[in-house]
Amino acid sequence: MTIHLEKAVSRVDGPLKVTGRALYAGEFGTADLCTGYVVNSSIAKGRILRIDTTEALKVVGVLDVLTHENRPAVASYNESYTDMDAADGKHFRPLYNDRILYSMQPVALVVAESFEAARYAASLVRVDYESEPPQADLYAQRSEAHKAPTELPPDRGDAEEAWTQAPVKVEAEYHSAAEFHNPMEMHASTVIYSTDGKLTIHDKTQGVQNSAQFISNIFGLPDGDVRVVTPFVGGAFGSGLRPQYQLVLATMAALKLKRSVRVVLSREQMFSFGHRPETLQHLKLACDQDGKLVSTIHEVMGETSSFEDFTEMVVVWSASLYQCPNVRLKYDLVPLDLYTPLDMRAPGAVLGVYALESAMDELSYAAGIDPLELRIRNFTATDPASGNNPYSSKELLECYRQGAERFGWNKRSPQPRSMKEGRQLIGYGMATGVWEAMQNPASAKAVITIDGSVVVSSATADIGTGTYTVMTQIAAECFGLPLEKVTFKLGDSTLPKAPLEGGSFTVSSVGSAVKQACEALQQQLLDQAKQDDQSPFKNFELTDVIFENGTMRIKASPQECIEITELLKQGGSPSMEALASASPKEERDNYTTATHSAVFVEVRVDEDFGTVQISRMVSAIAAGRILSLKPGRNQILGGMVWGIGMALQEEGMLDKKLARWMNHNIAEYHYPVNADIHDLDVIFVKEHDEIVNPLGAKGIGEIGIVGVAAAIANAIYHATGKRIRDLPITLDKVFQS
Amino acid sequence: MNATPVRQHRPEAESETHSISLLLNGKQVQLTVEPWTTLLDLLREHLNLTGTKKGCDHGQCGACTVLVNGTRINACLSLAVMQDGAEITTIEGLANGDQLHPMQAAFVEQDAFQCGYCTPGQICSAIGMIKEGKAKTRDEIREQMSGNLCRCGAYTNILAAIEQAMPACQGESRE
Amino acid sequence: MNRFSYSKPQQVSEALQQLSDTGRFIAGGTNLLDLMKENVARPSQLVDINALPLNKIETTQAGGLRIGALVKNSTVAYHPDVERVYPLLAHAILAGASAQLRNMASTGGNLLQRTRCYYFYDVGTPCNKREPGSGCGALEGQNRIHAILGHSEQCIAVHPSDMCVALAALEATVHVSGPSGNRSIPFADFHRLPGDTPHLDTNLAPDEIITAVELPPRGFAENFAYLKLRDRASYAFALVSVAAGLELNGTSIGAARIALGGVAHKPWRCPEVEAALIGKPATEESYRMAADALLQGAVGFEHNRFKIELARRAIVRALSEAAAGVNAQ
Repeated sequence: MTIHLEKAVSRVDGPLKVTGRALYAGEFGTADLCTGYVVNSSIAKGRILRIDTTEALKVVGVLDVLTHENRPAVASYNESYTDMDAADGKHFRPLYNDRILYSMQPVALVVAESFEAARYAASLVRVDYESEPPQADLYAQRSEAHKAPTELPPDRGDAEEAWTQAPVKVEAEYHSAAEFHNPMEMHASTVIYSTDGKLTIHDKTQGVQNSAQFISNIFGLPDGDVRVVTPFVGGAFGSGLRPQYQLVLATMAALKLKRSVRVVLSREQMFSFGHRPETLQHLKLACDQDGKLVSTIHEVMGETSSFEDFTEMVVVWSASLYQCPNVRLKYDLVPLDLYTPLDMRAPGAVLGVYALESAMDELSYAAGIDPLELRIRNFTATDPASGNNPYSSKELLECYRQGAERFGWNKRSPQPRSMKEGRQLIGYGMATGVWEAMQNPASAKAVITIDGSVVVSSATADIGTGTYTVMTQIAAECFGLPLEKVTFKLGDSTLPKAPLEGGSFTVSSVGSAVKQACEALQQQLLDQAKQDDQSPFKNFELTDVIFENGTMRIKASPQECIEITELLKQGGSPSMEALASASPKEERDNYTTATHSAVFVEVRVDEDFGTVQISRMVSAIAAGRILSLKPGRNQILGGMVWGIGMALQEEGMLDKKLARWMNHNIAEYHYPVNADIHDLDVIFVKEHDEIVNPLGAKGIGEIGIVGVAAAIANAIYHATGKRIRDLPITLDKVFQS
Repeated sequence: MNATPVRQHRPEAESETHSISLLLNGKQVQLTVEPWTTLLDLLREHLNLTGTKKGCDHGQCGACTVLVNGTRINACLSLAVMQDGAEITTIEGLANGDQLHPMQAAFVEQDAFQCGYCTPGQICSAIGMIKEGKAKTRDEIREQMSGNLCRCGAYTNILAAIEQAMPACQGESRE
Repeated sequence: MNRFSYSKPQQVSEALQQLSDTGRFIAGGTNLLDLMKENVARPSQLVDINALPLNKIETTQAGGLRIGALVKNSTVAYHPDVERVYPLLAHAILAGASAQLRNMASTGGNLLQRTRCYYFYDVGTPCNKREPGSGCGALEGQNRIHAILGHSEQCIAVHPSDMCVALAALEATVHVSGPSGNRSIPFADFHRLPGDTPHLDTNLAPDEIITAVELPPRGFAENFAYLKLRDRASYAFALVSVAAGLELNGTSIGAARIALGGVAHKPWRCPEVEAALIGKPATEESYRMAADALLQGAVGFEHNRFKIELARRAIVRALSEAAAGVNAQ
């Protein structure tokens, strides 16, 4: 029995967010704050010949215009620009020199007393370039592809031969458009300059320590001189995994002017850094007459920049999701004159699983087997990609069963184009989803004070994922306290070390550290009690006692109880604290740890116009224990909405001659609005796991989106008989094909 | 975290300024503004009312939705000087002390947000929508709330929160 | 946003007097301020016309409706006379933008909305509309949202309004005032095709102001449809839209109006095609003939060729819905 965990509690930061009192990176200030506005390049490749700032400097209120010619000194070694999520290669350095590497590259920062003056003056900066023709066409540059610098699972058997010999097979090419994170909060950095030269930075980031280290390295500042404090992040989805250029520019300006500076990117500028890469995937699948897979060949070509190699886990899933004796994987990168792609919600998996699960659907029709049944027949309880290690837990079959039942999969008529209502064609589609359940080393500190309240802290982030709430629940559970007596602090680089907030590993990593810190503190309290030779606790261990409502009791004889405040008094200190670091258990190495899902979708297609409505979706999730039900369900709902966007709407439109993203706004870069979303249903399948981490919770930020695009594309095929292998599936592709 | 120090509004020297008065969250205020300052920037940059969010600055996201004379609008696409004499309610003006507005309370209870950045705009928009009285069915609410993007994708819960708060809000707008 | 002076006159004559050569009127501001922030529009002066007495909706002597230029889009859409007599207009308005924008945007301003062409909006790229002579980026660039009818080598942008498509179908009249007095412009003549002067969207002179839009009595309230096709369910500009109004004599067509949005530099109408429908049976076959005729000469580009067939189907569907009276109250 738990008192807080696995319960539907309201977010602890909710009141701040609904009253507008939660402060985001661009909302901190000081009396002397000035504002920077970025000037971006109009060309994609070449050199800056001249930057004329005369007119800009004449604007009243303008303090300076920073360019590569007058910026403060920065590190010259590439390694200094390596951050915790850096891609391999020569990292981009803002305002470093006259070279233009991509369109909309920052070339100057106008700093002024007011936002309005900075923005106006930025429009007056004149830049002359020497331009070279850029390459931005993935198809045209295919011959320039090179092997992605990442290790893939080894080939198994002879996939080509097995495919050739197989009785049932499919071969298809899938394309997906570049996507942009577009969190609601635009990237912003507020650098508060203190008279002793120390910087307090409010940066939109998924890793305050990543940003702090990055700035220390680039500007050669002692670690203690840079503190990054970001209590709230207005969404990120990966865009805050790497420090973005506004952080560097704001810091440059603060150091040069010795003043506090804020730089907020415009929405247009949100298209001037990382994105999910455009990807081309070639799939060959084959099975025997019973539907058992005999060959899987998955080849991927992804976009990268001219200066870094961006890699993600895109093909590996095809080696592990199903049992298949013959597997061959390939992953190549095509360098283009664009900014380096960037991890974006379930990086790699959404793409690779989209292609794999679409091809599985095609195979099901080729084999004449129900798509769900085909997956069940190829289910594997062990992980073939790791030499058939067992999974720490894998309730995927239960996801299939419960999801299908809730959805009413059995009402599906097998033939495509066989379900109709008026002018609307109705289709059912499904797909499997998978994401790795990772754990990274993390630390946390727990403090208990004389008033009985507990404060736990770690330098993690809450990007909307519910970190504040779930960590509060974990600590409150440990101490048997009401939530109001527990505070969780995050988003401060001076707090105990935490990994980046991403990859769905925050609960697993930081949550484990929080639990251990609380337990270490409890041990100290118990040790304090044992100082008294008369103490009834003298002969008991931590596992023998429980904490509740400010007391410590012996489980076996609950009447033996001591007030925690009493213990603190005995210790002669108003508070007691403990620091703990949690690392993955070695035992994990013998297992594969992953979250799974089964996604079921109903689409309604107007065949005349090709418009697609997602009328229903059920997602059944196996992700271990779901510690916080409200934010947990919300994460999955959000993933489903993201899947709808990816499948039907999201597309960075590139002018290939200019190598420039043209729909750089959120009126023309479409993602779902309220009217696009209908009946979404989430099932959390019970999954017991004692291996993955002490909490038994796997993390759920990514799994909600994986598989959704395939399920939708498969449903569209079922509705229309049209197989569209190109995301997003906009209406023209549906009605024309 | 520390409260943000109030930044004094500093009109640029020698620029044209205008004197305006607003009834802002129930308080009469007299301000000097430059013509190019938007209502949104007036709130965020000059008055430290950062509860109203800037999500695009181009009328494409709804994060800056405020109520002007009771009507929901995008604060980013209106000049402050054009609002002289207006009654403006922002997210900061909805709660009664510690007592959340029914819409705010419903958003918390239904978990109608994740990152919270679109939330003030969603809440103001929902209150404005109920006052307009045109959305009755779920599909009508979805359509009428489509001017407020939520990148976290919390639409299902936003709908639930609005449905929960609607009776209380209707009572309020009748008063 | 560049520097400008600001004034707020009380009368039309005063507004006209105050406007300088490089100045602009501002009403709702939803489009102008957006463009100013992108540095696409850089007026030296804004004349705020919100205090002018142009915010009434009145019945005309002819039995039509006169909508003041400052009446908000949402006020028009929910006005009882509009809902009753011109539901086509109400539907078109409510298909556009968001509730917030409709609460801000004015009737006159809606007519003067500028294109959503990506290149027009991005000062880092060529655009003949924004900067005559700089070239058209869309012609060989990203042109999914561009024109299939009436375009020129100079410009393939489309007019973005939904409301105007309905106003075109309803044969509204635009009333304007200028230094030399008042005049009226038939809706069909209000917007221009790009030709060699793509920087000119309309035939309104720079020193003129829209005072009202007048609707004739005929509202097609029984048989109408506004059909909008776009890339998401709401809050997106039209790929193709159709405003259709019919009057039926039993099973044959007595009168027809068809205007297309999202396909040209102005709402697209062909009165000859409408005339040819008179007396024809109200059947899909008739509608298909009309669609073919309306789209005669349509030429698409790399990313928008689909619009030709999409528009054809949309015309047929809109006329079918109009004939069936599915939208009538």
